[in-house]
Amino acid sequence: MIEYKSVLTTCPYCGTGCTLHLQVLDGTLVGTLPAKEHPISQGGLCIKGWNVHAFVNHKDRLRTPMIRKNGKLEEATWEEALGLVAEKLGEFKAKSGPDSIALLTSAKCTNEENYLLQKFGRAVIGTNNVDHCARL
Amino acid sequence: MTNSIPEFEENTNCFFVIGSNTSEGHPLIATRMLKAQKRGAKIIVVDPRKNQIGHWADIFYTFRPGTDVALFNGLMNVIISEGLEDKAFIAERTEDFEALKTLVAEYTPEKVAEISGVPADGIREIARTYAKAKPAAILYAMGITQHTTGVDNVKSTSNLAMLCGNMGIPGGGVNPLRGQNNVQGACDMGGLPNVYPGYQAVTIPDVQKKFQDAWGSAGPLTVGLTVTEMLHAAQEGKVRALYVMGENPMVSDPDLNHVRHCLEETEFLVVQDIFMTETAEMAHVVLPGVTFAEKDGTFSNTERRVQRVRKAIEPIGDSKPDWVIICELAKKMGATGFDFASPSDIMTEINALTPSYGGITYARLEELGSLQWPCPTVEHAGTPYLHKGKFARGLGKFFPLEFKEPAELPDEEYPFTLTTGRLMFHFHTGSMTRRSEKLDSEVPTAYVEINVRDAEKLGLNGDKRVRVTSRRGEIELDARVTDDIKRGVIFIPFHFAEAAANKLTNSAIDPVAKIPEYKVCAVKVEIVK
Repeated sequence: MIEYKSVLTTCPYCGTGCTLHLQVLDGTLVGTLPAKEHPISQGGLCIKGWNVHAFVNHKDRLRTPMIRKNGKLEEATWEEALGLVAEKLGEFKAKSGPDSIALLTSAKCTNEENYLLQKFGRAVIGTNNVDHCARL
Repeated sequence: MTNSIPEFEENTNCFFVIGSNTSEGHPLIATRMLKAQKRGAKIIVVDPRKNQIGHWADIFYTFRPGTDVALFNGLMNVIISEGLEDKAFIAERTEDFEALKTLVAEYTPEKVAEISGVPADGIREIARTYAKAKPAAILYAMGITQHTTGVDNVKSTSNLAMLCGNMGIPGGGVNPLRGQNNVQGACDMGGLPNVYPGYQAVTIPDVQKKFQDAWGSAGPLTVGLTVTEMLHAAQEGKVRALYVMGENPMVSDPDLNHVRHCLEETEFLVVQDIFMTETAEMAHVVLPGVTFAEKDGTFSNTERRVQRVRKAIEPIGDSKPDWVIICELAKKMGATGFDFASPSDIMTEINALTPSYGGITYARLEELGSLQWPCPTVEHAGTPYLHKGKFARGLGKFFPLEFKEPAELPDEEYPFTLTTGRLMFHFHTGSMTRRSEKLDSEVPTAYVEINVRDAEKLGLNGDKRVRVTSRRGEIELDARVTDDIKRGVIFIPFHFAEAAANKLTNSAIDPVAKIPEYKVCAVKVEIVK
């Protein structure tokens, strides 16, 4: 028995915001189809949009947290990696003040994630050193 | 964008495109423009290169990079001296027109032709076509903003639009086409050093108190650092830790040799991303996030349209959605206020604290497909175009602006002007598109476009390997000889780390917007023997 579904979502490339259907076969992305009813794309997609599924399963995807040890990035658990980040950020905040820490949010991530990271920077760290690549 | 993309096809009679290669950068927006052209709308394109949209334009001129303010002043000079301005709009809805009129009187078409390289009659042709074709829309992208005069350039676009009464009407407006899927949303959500979500200024005590009350704690009353400033501060030891989520400054930022040096000086670098980017390679801790296909959320497009991102597959390997990572980290640091069950839960908090997103709930997005902010309440239908009847500040303000030269001009040693940009097949630093087989096979590596007569002078017979050098670095890449680029100007797409255009670019920034001048720097070109 194969399991197929199509999921309506928004393209992650440019700022036009075409929606598209991701085709999922047995839990893996296998293709992309345009969305006919969309007010902008009206059933069209550009070549990037048609290929939007192609990078998701790429062998280069990061699959596990990593920590630099003796100059080299080595695999770690989430517990170790987040524990180290929390400890270091806490240490810099205490020793050098909140403004010794800076954060880049992301034009690729969702609204909710951007909201959370700037909230983390402002409410938990206590700095306005928050920016992203809007200018770049 | 002040206006909406569907209006382009339905309402717009003239498109003035400057600093945007719309059909490559935003193909589906260009599709709507070309449909409008079929019913008689005119497309005007001005750019240092005859880019793809330039080939389809009704009127096209090349111009010297960085002379935008002079060009706009020249257009307004013609419009005012020929009486083509919208006098009623100016009287009812604007202020400081007299000051603008006095200043642009100095910018005759002949004088502007000398500065910009657009012939005087061409300036007249553009001015008349734009002024007589209401509603007319100005479209721009980074070609306008990535200059040390970026803010002046943007103000110039709004001067011209107001002069002809093209604001607050469907099909008109000033329309920055934003390059990334959610750069609009990242700004809306307060991913900026000077504002909380919804552009509420960090310097206003009442705003600070609002967020203190909601979050238990908030940022200081002082503006923070921009990305370019963060890197400088890291080099000076003032910033000791840098947390980077889904960004790749080692390819995207100007003067990369300097960026590398700054990141090397950063004591603690955390990178949260989906691939081992050039920046992640330098990190002390790397956290695997997920792609758009593995999480729920929303993106806000260039016309302020908020739309759903829906999870299609489970996270790959041991990776986690970025929102989950942030919540877990915050809780590890003992913070409260990060107990969210889903992105929909986070949106509920956004609704409560961000007036322009007040009515944009998941339930409504499910029902309507999308909503354009401002959308203050759940009864509000959203806002397709801004400034109807009244500007946000009351009267629309004209800014008289003198032309200023770019920070670095060509000279004897570095005789060419380099301008950078994007290609249809690739996206930003290439970490996604260069891992997509079909896209990668279209354009597998970097190249430089050079004018056919400049190539002859250099002894470049046909396409060859060249070295391009600026005061900051050098790269080697293939030359593509073309007559589609202005003499004295070369173009390099910035997607390719192995021949990164940003090793050459100048990190000189606009004093207000702090945007680097990617679009103009001085370089030399030599044949690689």
